[in-house]
Amino acid sequence: MAEFRLPKNSRITNGKHHPAPAGSGKTRTFKIYRYDPDSGENPRWDTYDVDLSQCGPMVLDVLIHIKNTMDPTLTFRRSCREGICGSCAMNIAGRNTLACIKGHDECPGDKVQISPLPQMAVVKDLVPDLTLFYAQYASVEPWLHTETPEPQKEWRQAPEDREKLDGLYECILCACCSTSCPSYWWNQDKYLGPAALLHAYRWIIDSRDEATGERLDELEDPFKLYRCHTIMNCAQVCPKGLNPAKAIAEVKKMLAERVV
Amino acid sequence: MSGFRTPLARARGLGSAKHGVGHWISERVGAVALVPLVIWGAYSVIRLAQLDYYGAAAWIASPVNATLMILTIAIGFTHMQAGLRVVIEDYIHKTLTKAALLVLNVFVAGLAGALAIMSILKVALGGA
Repeated sequence: MAEFRLPKNSRITNGKHHPAPAGSGKTRTFKIYRYDPDSGENPRWDTYDVDLSQCGPMVLDVLIHIKNTMDPTLTFRRSCREGICGSCAMNIAGRNTLACIKGHDECPGDKVQISPLPQMAVVKDLVPDLTLFYAQYASVEPWLHTETPEPQKEWRQAPEDREKLDGLYECILCACCSTSCPSYWWNQDKYLGPAALLHAYRWIIDSRDEATGERLDELEDPFKLYRCHTIMNCAQVCPKGLNPAKAIAEVKKMLAERVV
Repeated sequence: MSGFRTPLARARGLGSAKHGVGHWISERVGAVALVPLVIWGAYSVIRLAQLDYYGAAAWIASPVNATLMILTIAIGFTHMQAGLRVVIEDYIHKTLTKAALLVLNVFVAGLAGALAIMSILKVALGGA
């Protein structure tokens, strides 16, 4: 039934310490989760004393500095370095966020702890397996559904209807919200999670879409939608400042509106 | 082997139950109904503490008091059952254990609620 400890092969041990080179300026210690599936060893916490004068201001700069100069085996995803691709989502100082837009001086405490997004299978080091997360996004069919013959030019939309998509379309699918949600931790095999539900709502309220009812049908489920207990972690951590909890609440309101 | 299922098949699972909005509404209606009922209940307990046995029995025998008491108990236990059900669904993942606990939850809440209502009726109608 309840499991109070991690399985034996998942318990985190203390790993290596990498001191800063002699003659470094101001340093700060970064405690980073390391896991190598090929080694057969348990995950471990490695610590790195990073010379802050040698790297940029963001946590991603620190990670790149570590990889380039201290430990080339450190594995993480990154691409755009400006908060638009969502690749470098990870847990930094206890909060899911994007490493590229989180300054290391914003992190409280002496040591900055960095681990992969919580409660996901780890591929290696800071890289989580997001296969199911992406499939959940695909399962809400995030494209326009129409039956009316396509107009010659385009599907027209009033400016005020377009405005309804603001605060939704900006989602970059970084998975910070879903992996911060306790409901998603315990039931991610059945609960769609805040990111997929936010996207579902984005298509439900799109004035051009003709499958609103079918979309609501697909969501009306004790697990797919109603596992959301308005915990609000999603809105707290979203690095883009969006509010998935509100989108989910709107879906619940629409479902209620349909029967009363 | 389940390892060959595609991610989309896993995400879709058994599909939508197309059910749930009724529960969602009834949870909220129950919660709203309990606000005045619990305030009335707390006030009544304080009043009852000042009465002796016969005074308390006569108080329960009043139709308004008996009805409000039964409503408090019935809605309270229904609400408790619905809340505990969510806790079980959240944290228990083995199908059989979950089903057994859900059934137990309904039985215990039903039995306790029925006993309480029966006791109120006995005092209210029996003129004890």
